[in-house]
Amino acid sequence: MGNEHLSKQYDNDLETLRSGVLQMGGLVEAQIRAAIDAFSSGNQELIEQVIANEPKVNGCEVSIDNDCSHIIVKRQPAAGDLRLIMAISKTVTDLERIGDEAEKIARMSRQIHQHGRTDLHFASIRHAADIALSMLRSALDAFARLDTAAAAGVIRQDRAIDAEFRSILRQLITFMMEDPRTISTVLEIVWVAKAVERIGDHAKNISEYVIYIVKGTDVRHTTYEQVEREALS
Amino acid sequence: MNSALLQPVQQSLTQKIRVKNLDFYYGGFQALKNVNLEIPERKVTAFIGPSGCGKSTLLRTFNRMYALYPNQEARGEILLDGENILDSGQDLNRLRAKVGMVFQKPTPFPMSIHDNIAFGVRLYERLSPRQMDERVEWALRKAALWDEVKDKLRQSGTSLSGGQQQRLCIARAIAVRPEVLLLDEPASALDPISTGRIEELVHELKEDYTIVIVTHNMQQAARVSDYTAYMYLGNLVEFGVTDELFIKPKKKETEDYITGRFG
Repeated sequence: MGNEHLSKQYDNDLETLRSGVLQMGGLVEAQIRAAIDAFSSGNQELIEQVIANEPKVNGCEVSIDNDCSHIIVKRQPAAGDLRLIMAISKTVTDLERIGDEAEKIARMSRQIHQHGRTDLHFASIRHAADIALSMLRSALDAFARLDTAAAAGVIRQDRAIDAEFRSILRQLITFMMEDPRTISTVLEIVWVAKAVERIGDHAKNISEYVIYIVKGTDVRHTTYEQVEREALS
Repeated sequence: MNSALLQPVQQSLTQKIRVKNLDFYYGGFQALKNVNLEIPERKVTAFIGPSGCGKSTLLRTFNRMYALYPNQEARGEILLDGENILDSGQDLNRLRAKVGMVFQKPTPFPMSIHDNIAFGVRLYERLSPRQMDERVEWALRKAALWDEVKDKLRQSGTSLSGGQQQRLCIARAIAVRPEVLLLDEPASALDPISTGRIEELVHELKEDYTIVIVTHNMQQAARVSDYTAYMYLGNLVEFGVTDELFIKPKKKETEDYITGRFG
């Protein structure tokens, strides 16, 4: 990639597509941040705002996928262009799912705060959410700059968030054992923790697509060592 | 040429044609520069590249079509089943029976459909009228034209549509039972439906023949070929499995060309 197509319009179309993904990424990032803030604070307005914004995220996915189809039918893209478009179409699916997770966190937060149990272990979830957010930001950055080393970094971070999730789960199980009255609320918190963990997974997927765009190698379902070898080669 | 380029086709495939250190000159102009290439048997190999890159020139060396013109010279080796066809002792008629060719523009002879096909066969074989009829039918069936022309075999070949004429030329080429079929932009003068038929035909013919196709249409190369060679300024830039070359080319020059970044 890098240099321009003979067709300026083709360049413009691809650029529109790329900036569309980054815009959608920005929107999704804001949704998660708001959802996590709402989870900590119970701010009702914020919760409603996240839920109200979710259709915008869905709209982005549909619109970008539609643009991908248009480019495929008009340009029959090959090589790096083809890989970029395939990767974008997959990336927006992951971004949309992250949007769903943000909405899920918002809805759970509403219930948790309605039950009035705000003493239950929010700090470690916030911490995990910070990791997830930074993974998403780095993945989008890696996409914008086609930086495979940064993408590999995100994939490595996913292990950290998985470990964080397991530790949160152990703590929450302890709460439930100690006081069965907390079970329904703690289960809602488990959903939030799971949503955060899923956000990390989606950021990891997006990073894998970045490696596919640049290197042409599909590193999904491989070991981290293989990812690193490919990304840094 | 880097020998790494040749690796993708060396997976236990039989190589029908081996091109070694081939240079080609139009008088003082060198149109091919040290080309090394192996064409696998019973596969479709496509040559792509911008105009003047040498792809048609390379194709025309495989049956020494260039020998019809003065001042054109090939140096190096082209081994067809191990035999160097550039040797001066090479029997060109025998070579061209083995290596058939179809051109960009349909070139039916001004004679009946039947005789268009029988004409070439008579040069190489003596067949009884009945055997000849069978051969004509066989060739037309192979070229997916039989059903459209079986009731008008005595009509002129030029009365057919462009797409039918091109299939007639393919039938004529395969009627002498060649081993290799060279197609020089066989569909570029045809409408999309006729093009689709020719592509389908290429797909069927590769069961029996080694096919080499030159095309300007990259999507066509991606659709019909198993292997693709990208040429530029007389050099073979990249050669490999078609799907890999179109998804993940090894050379930046190839990527620039197939993605339309070629300035």
